[in-house]
Amino acid sequence: MSLLSRPNRAVLVAGTIGLALVATACGSPEAKPSAGGSSSTSPECAAFSQYGKHEGKTVSIYSPIRDAEADLFEQAWKPFAQCTGIKITYEGTGEFEAQIQVRADGGNPPDIAFFPQPGLLERFAKAGKLKPASEEVKKLTAEGWSADWAKYATVDGTFYGAPLGASVKSFVWYSPKMFTEKGWAVPKTWDELMTLSTTIAGTGIKPWCAGIESGDATGWPATDWIEDILLREIGPEGYDDWVAHKLPFNDPKVVAAVDKVGAILKNDKFVNGGYGPVKSIASTAFQEGGVPITQGKCALHRQASFYANFWPEGTKVAEDGDVFAFYLPGNDPAKKPVLGAGEFVAAFADRPEVQTVQAYLASAEFPTARMKLGTYVTARKGVDPANAQNPIDKLSMEMLQDPSTIFRFDGSDLMPAAVGAGTFWKGMTDWINGKDTKTVLDYIDASWPKS
Amino acid sequence: MDFDFAAELPKLVQLLIGVAAFLVVVAVILVLVDRAPMRRRAWTHATILLLPALLLLTIGLVIPAVRTTLLSFMSGDGKQWVGMDNYGWMFTQPEAVTVLRNTLIWVLLVPLLVTAIGLVYAVLVDRTRFESLAKSLVFLPMAISFVGAGIIWRFVYAYRAEEQDQIGLLNQLVVAVGGEPQQWLQEPPLNTLFLIVVMVWIQAGFATVVLSAAIKGIPAEIVEAAKLDGATPLQMFFRVTLPSIRSAIVVVMVTQSIGTLKLFDIVRTMTGGQFDTSVIANEMYNQAFRYGETGKGAALAVFLFVLVTPIVIYQIRQRREALR
Repeated sequence: MSLLSRPNRAVLVAGTIGLALVATACGSPEAKPSAGGSSSTSPECAAFSQYGKHEGKTVSIYSPIRDAEADLFEQAWKPFAQCTGIKITYEGTGEFEAQIQVRADGGNPPDIAFFPQPGLLERFAKAGKLKPASEEVKKLTAEGWSADWAKYATVDGTFYGAPLGASVKSFVWYSPKMFTEKGWAVPKTWDELMTLSTTIAGTGIKPWCAGIESGDATGWPATDWIEDILLREIGPEGYDDWVAHKLPFNDPKVVAAVDKVGAILKNDKFVNGGYGPVKSIASTAFQEGGVPITQGKCALHRQASFYANFWPEGTKVAEDGDVFAFYLPGNDPAKKPVLGAGEFVAAFADRPEVQTVQAYLASAEFPTARMKLGTYVTARKGVDPANAQNPIDKLSMEMLQDPSTIFRFDGSDLMPAAVGAGTFWKGMTDWINGKDTKTVLDYIDASWPKS
Repeated sequence: MDFDFAAELPKLVQLLIGVAAFLVVVAVILVLVDRAPMRRRAWTHATILLLPALLLLTIGLVIPAVRTTLLSFMSGDGKQWVGMDNYGWMFTQPEAVTVLRNTLIWVLLVPLLVTAIGLVYAVLVDRTRFESLAKSLVFLPMAISFVGAGIIWRFVYAYRAEEQDQIGLLNQLVVAVGGEPQQWLQEPPLNTLFLIVVMVWIQAGFATVVLSAAIKGIPAEIVEAAKLDGATPLQMFFRVTLPSIRSAIVVVMVTQSIGTLKLFDIVRTMTGGQFDTSVIANEMYNQAFRYGETGKGAALAVFLFVLVTPIVIYQIRQRREALR
């Protein structure tokens, strides 16, 4: 006995074949001329002639940069894309660290990723997922960045990609107007800074405000604080040792540095201007951390140069404006180490068009084009700081391009992700929320991957 | 964003190929079944029909489960064998122990609270005039996703400094009666309870509906007989209602236990596992995907599986007994 009667089977087979035919008929899409194809011969394109023609090719970019900043990126490379014919598909994500892993493991990596953490880049390089940078990119990086920067994207002697944007973290934001009114002076040493804080606290407002809430990454602004002070307390070499875990996380020197930060961040007399007691730091979004300065409820806010983007609309960022920033002073005013961060452009593919995009991003033209559109900082030499959109960007660029500057990368971005994007952030959040320094540092030290 | 049909063409083609391939597979299976000789015990037919499902289960469930188990005995990068280290970490490291403790609190409290609230509510509104309205109201939160509920409740718990206007409902109430605003989500171990409230809020409706249906299923004769015998309302509840709906209660408890063990969204949305509120699923995600510690993540996943298994077995047994 047959389960299917004859006529039914015939219909089914015919139907299946028919569908298959439809599928194959659609399966031959005609080559479509790219949108930029026609304009690629125009005079504006002369500048991009060195990159050649890659008609109809697509390069995908995956990055933690989103929204308005991402739009500016796309706007900045639009002429390049039109002239070379490369279609750049850009995708920004708020969960870069987790999603890039999922995509790479799932066999669906982007062509290019902007890594904000050299530690993460290293993990992918060691896993053999990244392609080494081309000779062209290597050459551009050598001429454009200091050796420090190139070092951060070099894993086991192989160079993986040029830096992109940069930020200077060693800034304290303040209100020049408020300072002039009250007769306060910008401090030049740590002691002056603490004296100033006490003075301000005496006038009835809490001198410092801070916010470390940042979704998955909650805690990072506090780690920046620690790094900045460590860099001043134990010097650049000591800092390198600490980042490489040659100096344990719970070493007395580190404990001392963290307590030095605690003298501000865990002092109910000094924080949290405009938001409440110490614990409110943990629940205040980092974007809003400094805003009370504009309301006169707080006087000082330590945050990177990019905080210029987060002031309420209409706030004038200038030395004589509503807000400005001074260098976070150390004990010795003669030494001015700079803590900073940035992204690196690494590729999961080595197709010619991918390498062309990498080369363009490593050139001086891209950051120049990007800076003209909006606030942006790069450490690349040959980019004129005069193009900067605000005085803080200009100051940052000058600091980064100055050959005598001792630059150190944000340590949490260099450490293994388990610490740098995990227990360090979490530990500092717990620290703000009331745990004592030693307990927190012991916990972070114990979480360092053993290998 | 303009929709470029031509640019999407490859995806549509893939889609069509996928549908076509599916139909081909179905067709092949049916033809095979049709051709196979029919015996009294249809082993061949069963095999042919089960094969695709088994194949998919193997690819989607068995292989990943085995791989996860293997990974749990390996180092973070999956290169070295580390034996029981990851499990040792889980039970000794204070932060990891906190995670286990939290999960235990969740699993103990949520099913109990959800069932108790659902049951009391179902009994109270049973056969009243506004029953359907009351049930819809308590069932409404079920329609909200865990993430949505998490965001709503984050606002309920929101904190503003004393001198500012409160935007959180709870703190506004506290201030209204003259108290000081609190940072509810930052006070361990109380904050875990505040998160549990959210889960109970969502799930109580489910319990109400299931238990209410069960109560209505109690034969009227039993109820009448009990009433004739002069049972008080309390006696009715404990001697008649409760034993009669035992299986429904078990269903609610079991589904809630499993759901709570796997709980991830609420914790992640509301605290991100900070302030000692993390639970196993959240920590597993953090370890495996954010920290690149696949070994530890896998160990947590295996442990979670081990915890869920007895509950599932218990439920299967219950169902078998019920069928008998």
